[in-house]
Amino acid sequence: MKPVLELRNLSKSFGGLQVIQDLDLVVGAGQIVHEDDPVVGHVEAVDHLDLSLAPGEIVSVIGPNGAGKTTLFNLITGIYEPDDGDIIMDGRSIVGLSPEEIANLGVARTFQTLRVFLNMTVKENVMCSAFGNTGARIWQSVFRTPAARREERQIAELAERKLAFFGDRLMGYRWDQPAYSLSYANRRRLEIARAMATNPRLLMLDEPAAGMNPAETHEITELIGKLRDEVGFSILVIEHDMHVVEGVSDRVIALDHGVKIAEGSFDEVATDPGVIEAYLGYGAADTR
Amino acid sequence: MSDTPGDETRIGVDQWVEQSEDRREKYTGWTAPARRMFDQVSPGWRLALFLLAAAAYPFLVRGSDVRIGITVLLLAMVALGLNVVVGWAGLLDLGYVAFYGFGAYFYAIVASDQLPAHWPTWAAIPVIVATTALLGALLSLPSRRLVGDYLAIMTLFFAQIFLELVRNFERLPFVPDDLDLTGGPNGITGVEPWELFGFEINSQDLFGGVLPNFSRQYYLALIFLALLIMGLHNLNESRTGRAWRALREDTLAAEHMTIPVNRMKLLAFAVGAGIAGLTGAMFAAVQIGVFPTSFTLFFLITMYAAVILGGSGSIPGVVLGAIAIAYVPELLRDPGKAGWLFYIGLGALLYVMVKRWDHVAVTVGSVFVFGLIVRFFSGRIWDESTMGEANDAFMSRLMDDWVLILDAQRDVITNYVFVLAIVGVMLVVVARAWWRIAALVPTLYFAILVWENKLAFEPSITRQLMFGAVLVVMMAVRPQGLLGTRRVEIT
Repeated sequence: MKPVLELRNLSKSFGGLQVIQDLDLVVGAGQIVHEDDPVVGHVEAVDHLDLSLAPGEIVSVIGPNGAGKTTLFNLITGIYEPDDGDIIMDGRSIVGLSPEEIANLGVARTFQTLRVFLNMTVKENVMCSAFGNTGARIWQSVFRTPAARREERQIAELAERKLAFFGDRLMGYRWDQPAYSLSYANRRRLEIARAMATNPRLLMLDEPAAGMNPAETHEITELIGKLRDEVGFSILVIEHDMHVVEGVSDRVIALDHGVKIAEGSFDEVATDPGVIEAYLGYGAADTR
Repeated sequence: MSDTPGDETRIGVDQWVEQSEDRREKYTGWTAPARRMFDQVSPGWRLALFLLAAAAYPFLVRGSDVRIGITVLLLAMVALGLNVVVGWAGLLDLGYVAFYGFGAYFYAIVASDQLPAHWPTWAAIPVIVATTALLGALLSLPSRRLVGDYLAIMTLFFAQIFLELVRNFERLPFVPDDLDLTGGPNGITGVEPWELFGFEINSQDLFGGVLPNFSRQYYLALIFLALLIMGLHNLNESRTGRAWRALREDTLAAEHMTIPVNRMKLLAFAVGAGIAGLTGAMFAAVQIGVFPTSFTLFFLITMYAAVILGGSGSIPGVVLGAIAIAYVPELLRDPGKAGWLFYIGLGALLYVMVKRWDHVAVTVGSVFVFGLIVRFFSGRIWDESTMGEANDAFMSRLMDDWVLILDAQRDVITNYVFVLAIVGVMLVVVARAWWRIAALVPTLYFAILVWENKLAFEPSITRQLMFGAVLVVMMAVRPQGLLGTRRVEIT
């Protein structure tokens, strides 16, 4: 079985600053493909990463600020092109494709700094994501042909289903409200709903619990688990909140200066001396 | 909502968020009932009511005034096209006037003695719309990676290129000397009217010349506007419309939500340009000629004013904006009507400054008393200061008894009073509470005095001035436009 996502030897640098270095990762294959390389190479930022996702697997990416986590997301979703290495989605390289093409292949993401469409209604926000999977031509829309009407109804139903996933948080009266009227936590939920509506195989969540209170953080942890179990997404999640990471992860990757310094279960990674050092500084591991 | 803890009227965060829309802008102030009513009418009925009112217009005005109606409808059409590009897709296109001009020139060339090619209207219109849309798509290619100010500069350049090409067509290289397609600065005259389904838009006079039939042109424009509104409404509620708005809101996020950003930008340019081409062709036929001066930046600004004043992104808003922009200046041609507008504007301004009806009444009364006192003393000292004749309009006659109407030295004295009025405005702005009203009284009096003695007699200056003032006040009071929704940029 092919993994959903596989990164081979991925590297990216910005003006001489190596952000990702030699990263390997497999997501969604059930087993880790590239386990053989002892990491900790050069002290540079995402340097050659290899990562892979198994279907229905949740992989967390952790690391201190500036470790290259968001850069990794931007590389996978096509905002940046890698300098070196390959990104393989269902056995096909997606390097060089535009973000929109990558999204159509089944990669959806949320953003660390929220990017909902503020002046559109909650429902419209989610309906937007159906663009790639629908095909009404412009003249069909102008004349509202039966086919266009039918499709429009399907899009609305899709959006309502996705919003219903969040319980009553985004239901009912909220559908027709502009997104700017939502609270911070609800905007995060809306972003996830919007990403889900692109019908992805891989969902990438960039700090889904940032700015949430403990109760909401707990809720989001359960939600991420539910996304995997009920919807069957493979999920790649960046998170700083270790409770969330511990709660959801099947596997954890730790990055530091773009290099994968540890990979394994949460407990393995959390006790890894290299990881503790990356977070707390040299020698910190000994004092524990 | 009470401040007492435990009070059952207290609400939770979710309810607070739920009500935020109401608190923010919905239904506050004296326009609330009208807006509430407007919301209850479905878009279809709104259009029907609008069409009914618009269809009645030619019966209500004198023959040549129908021309104003045609101008309004054409501006509404072209502004709706601009709204696609600017209001929906959020692309600041300053070259838009070129598409309008292109459509107009295209029609003028193929339906006059210019080539001579006398294309039938049913053939010319689709070709013009398609060609202009294609041109729009082509011109968007070099600018598709640009947004905001950069796009604006680039497209502004296109508008200028178009104008220069039209003015200097015969001097271009590779153009034979005797081929003067555009007529240079003199433009093209003798453009034929539209003729659709055997229904001719202009009527022929006895000698076979073209006589404009304003009513027919008006109804034709109205039909096209209605079709355009329906089409655009459907489009706005479709995947395409949503994709445009998404790309306006956040291009990067839109791209990640499977929206092909560059293709949508191109499409927005093409649709907008196609509408402009159609309107331009109609404009050429209505004018019976095209001239480069019609397609300068001034008209571009007029279109933008219609879109922004009405409410960028809102179809009824843009139509209303076009009506306001094209109709108000015509209204101001008549000094009597201009006077009404001046005093209504003054009243609105007064209300905005003091915000209470009782204070408004006090201020108006004080102005009246102040006027009587000034007139009394001024008449004693120099009797020519009250001897002048007021402009013969209803509002002016109301002012006759208490506002000084000068007989001699009118210009000099009004200039001084104007300076005093400006000083008064400054005082009003800095003063608070009753001091503000104290400053308002002489300021209002001076303003009225300047109006009655000078501006009411010079409609051409007043027109621009008043129009500018109306726009300034309007945008200050409702930055989102008449029917627009306030947009949140950053939160």
